[in-house]
Amino acid sequence: MKKLLILGAGTAGTLILNKLYKKLDRRTWRFTIVDKDERHYYQPGFLFIPFGIYTKEQVVRPKRDFFPKGVEAVFAEVDRIEPEENHVVLAGGRRLDYDVLIVATGVTPRPGETEGLDGPLWHKEIFDFYTYEGACKLADFLKTWEGGKLVVNVAESVIKCPVAPLEFAFLADAYFTEKGLRDEVEIVYTTPLPGAFTKPVASKMLGELLEKKNIRVVPDFYLEHVDNEHKKIVSYDGQEEAFDLLVSVPVNMGDDVVERSDMGDDDDLNFIPTDKHTLQAQGYDNIFVIGDATNVPASKAGSVAHFEGHILVENILSYIEGKPLEASFDGHANCFIETGFGKATLVDFNYETEPLPGRFPLPVVGPMALLQETRLNHYGKLFFEWVYWHMLLTGTPIPVTTNMSMAGKHTPAPAASAEVQDADALVAEAQPAEAELFI
Amino acid sequence: MSQRMLAGQPVDVNDEGYFIDPSQWTDAMATELAREAGIDLTPTHLKVVHFLRDRHASGKPLTIRRVGKSGIVTIKEFYALFPGGPLKVSSKIAGIPKPTSCV
Repeated sequence: MKKLLILGAGTAGTLILNKLYKKLDRRTWRFTIVDKDERHYYQPGFLFIPFGIYTKEQVVRPKRDFFPKGVEAVFAEVDRIEPEENHVVLAGGRRLDYDVLIVATGVTPRPGETEGLDGPLWHKEIFDFYTYEGACKLADFLKTWEGGKLVVNVAESVIKCPVAPLEFAFLADAYFTEKGLRDEVEIVYTTPLPGAFTKPVASKMLGELLEKKNIRVVPDFYLEHVDNEHKKIVSYDGQEEAFDLLVSVPVNMGDDVVERSDMGDDDDLNFIPTDKHTLQAQGYDNIFVIGDATNVPASKAGSVAHFEGHILVENILSYIEGKPLEASFDGHANCFIETGFGKATLVDFNYETEPLPGRFPLPVVGPMALLQETRLNHYGKLFFEWVYWHMLLTGTPIPVTTNMSMAGKHTPAPAASAEVQDADALVAEAQPAEAELFI
Repeated sequence: MSQRMLAGQPVDVNDEGYFIDPSQWTDAMATELAREAGIDLTPTHLKVVHFLRDRHASGKPLTIRRVGKSGIVTIKEFYALFPGGPLKVSSKIAGIPKPTSCV
């Protein structure tokens, strides 16, 4: 029997297991998946927990429920990969051999990477929301918080789900407004990037949302340390921002098994050097990487893992048959962005093409609207939870093209030119009269 | 996109002044671009600039953290060399795109 081994049973690991299980000959292949946690978290739901939109129970299911019959599931910590030996060693010493290895070990927030972030105020007045524990504790905190200065800080520019911190700020605005507390809460968004939105078209179409919602943006704020005593964050160039409540997006790093296996890239963030088109690990023909664990310059997001899954199946089949790896990942990502008050916008982009306005997935009829705030987009995001559990994880085809399609997208030419059209004209072009049709 | 003259040669830049094609860049242009940003280019500046260009050419994301681990400067020194958002300022001088997120 040949052995397919998958490390990590999160979104990426689970979906690629299900896809390959359907494609590989089960008389000759044995499937093993390893993870240290038996619970599968619907991570997009973490954003909703602090605001009571989702319950804590809603986002957790047993991992086993999503593995096909006959797959060996091993719940254990991986100590190291020994790629030269074609095996993995688990904590405790058990050895798992493989013919093909897929690494899907993801990334996690690392508050310990920043001085003072996981100090005395951690999970008391400083919270993350990218972990189940952080999101739940923040939900409890917000229930009785009477207001003050809320600072959202993004500590590093390469993070999982790059739009979630913005969504958090938008949802916080709506949450405190609906609670009648908005006048008591100042919302500040600090980012190491030059702005909350950095792509020209998205900036023009969505940039004013922050001002409209009275969220103050502090760009170019690269967090050096957190002063717990004086309750302030301090940047490398000495900017300070005091807070009553700090919602932190800490530095993200890949799993420590990558470091222990000496397989990380030279960023020291434990991202695995991966061919950005074939998804093969650089230097190892029989190792493939999917999802957040790679160093490919795509967003670290579930939709990316989903699109990568199609490419990876084809390339693993080619590898097994000794053929060249011809399927090519284009960096496709597709994300809803919650903007509060029952509305959301949607972005669709890849390595080469920035988010553009238009309709999705079909031209003209959509029904989703790109770079516009609509109620239907919001319902799309909520419905996506069902899609996630029932289609995405189980490897069921979803009617969205693997490689990004330009069908339905407008390219507002002025954005790329020196003569920048004013923002209103751009929005007018991109917002057909039926934008509110879906309400 | 528009064209401008730098060190006696025409180059293509976007509306914020960032290079469209990094291969049009030369060391002499860096000196001029730095002056526009109020920076007197030193050999250390130039080492950082070349580090950023090499990273960009290899398709790897640029982060302030990574520059701090380059062995050329610490993060604080990077800030001192390129005040006011060191990555965006140095990227402009290096003839590479402005650092961005996905939206």
